Amino acid sequence: MLHPEPHPLEVAVLTRRFRLPNSASIQTYLAHDGYQAFRKALEMSPDGIIEEVKKSNLRGRGGAGFPTGLKWSFVPRQSPKPKYIVANADEGEPGTCKDRLLMQYDPHALIEGMLIAARAVGARAGYIYVRGEYRYLIEILDGAIEQARERGFLGRNILGSGMDFDLYTHSGAGSYECGEESALLESLEGKRGVPRLRPPFPATAGAFGCPTVLNNVETFCAVPPIVLRGGAAFAALGTPRNGGTRLFAISGHVRRPGVYELPMGFNLLRMINEVAGGVREGRKLKAVIPGGSSCPVLRAEECDLAMDFDSVARAGSMLGSGGVIVMDQTTCMVRVAARILRFYAQESCGFCVPCREGTAWLAKILARFHGGEGRAEDIGLIADIAHNILGRTFCPLGDAAAMPAAAFVEKFREEFEAHLGGKACPFEEVAAHV
Amino acid sequence: MRFSAQVESKLERLLASCPPGRKRAALVPMLLFIQDEVGAVTPEVVEEVSRRLEVTPAEIEEVASYYSMLRRRPAGRYHIQICTNISCLLMGGAELFEHACRKLGIGNHGVSEDGLFSLEEVECIGACCWAPALQVNYDFHHAVTPEAFDRLIEQLRQSSAAERRE
Repeated sequence: MLHPEPHPLEVAVLTRRFRLPNSASIQTYLAHDGYQAFRKALEMSPDGIIEEVKKSNLRGRGGAGFPTGLKWSFVPRQSPKPKYIVANADEGEPGTCKDRLLMQYDPHALIEGMLIAARAVGARAGYIYVRGEYRYLIEILDGAIEQARERGFLGRNILGSGMDFDLYTHSGAGSYECGEESALLESLEGKRGVPRLRPPFPATAGAFGCPTVLNNVETFCAVPPIVLRGGAAFAALGTPRNGGTRLFAISGHVRRPGVYELPMGFNLLRMINEVAGGVREGRKLKAVIPGGSSCPVLRAEECDLAMDFDSVARAGSMLGSGGVIVMDQTTCMVRVAARILRFYAQESCGFCVPCREGTAWLAKILARFHGGEGRAEDIGLIADIAHNILGRTFCPLGDAAAMPAAAFVEKFREEFEAHLGGKACPFEEVAAHV
Repeated sequence: MRFSAQVESKLERLLASCPPGRKRAALVPMLLFIQDEVGAVTPEVVEEVSRRLEVTPAEIEEVASYYSMLRRRPAGRYHIQICTNISCLLMGGAELFEHACRKLGIGNHGVSEDGLFSLEEVECIGACCWAPALQVNYDFHHAVTPEAFDRLIEQLRQSSAAERRE
């Protein structure tokens, strides 16, 4: 899955061990700074660790971009209840396949990041919630956890410090919604993945009703280099308020699709044209979804853009999970919109009405449209339904469906109009002739 | 109902990972690990899990119906899951799925007559950069062309026949 060599523009912080022989083994990890950050963290105060993470400007890599240090600081110091560390390895946002590589090639970095979080908040147990489809990664992680336990990095009285911490993998069984933090916690407790009302947030009432730090895999993997080299050094790699590097998964119509580690704020057009080798032979860029399927689509002319949370938000989209989906001129945007909405309708947990009904209606109207049976008034109806979902659902899945739906009709209205009047999809023709 | 030593040891480790008094937490992975061996979440499985976790059968049915990987009827020996979500769609995933239907003579959720293959159109499996992608049971196959698909089916047929001879 890896290209033999990293791209020269890549900045390898989280991926720097990926191409070493037996990169997943504890021997390789220990020979390349492994568990040094945790040893350092044992010498630091819990508040000192959280301060360092705050200084790094690390923001959640799952999609929301919430400042990680701040999130950790919400966990109460004193608690009569046990505290937990949970890694969200339920990678499921369409266009996203980066956590897979982190767990496959560098599982100990995830373990070490979780250990440091445990030290910072005083947790004694942790879970890595892995999507059920990633069974081979659960096996890799179980092996790595076993190695770490044998070497005294997990278990009782770790390295003679008096700290106890146990870590376990936990398999999902097929559900996009379980990537949402509160639905994930429900699933971890053996229930349907229906989201919880917040507040209270997981920092105070998370796993089993106890204070919980819940972060994405990539977020935890960024913690050891932050602690080892200092938060300021990590922050300096990125842009203001957007520290460090990010693993961008570039997929779709490019010559060299792949997962690349680039500094936060890296230009999107350069990412496509230089890093991923440009749009495939003889075709022009049409549109990009910059951060996974829930992020509003950008037209080609909107793509001269710095890829950090704030810049992409100013451009009217989201950096999300860093899944960059590239579409060339032959792509039918009605077809893409229909497929994306079918996904959200399928994955809606059905608990709240605007999401359950709204996603199903959008999926139905868009499928009808692509099938050549769209009506002129449907164009307005799609936007209307989308705006009636936005901000009215229990969890972000409703917004994740409504935002792209609204963006597709707003930005590619002419393509929707070209499907009217019972005409065949105009792009089937284009694809056949390029 | 007893399972193989391998599954029992997995279940034992799983239960040990639950906080005290919270063994229901094992439910979702437990159903999946048992399904791996039994082939489906059958009524017998529901009853057995209910007994072990002290959760009512109704609650187990409620959970089992939520997760897309949990099945009520066995799939084929080789369960082929083809992704047609956005990145795979752009690279021919939908056409690959149609090709697979024709090749195997079954539709979505169908099982071939000999029980060897079953087919499912799935949502994103996290292989977007190596599209179009599919999984055979838990194994990933990347950048699958229709020709590569036909070769894969042939290989699976041969390995199944070889196992039967042994």
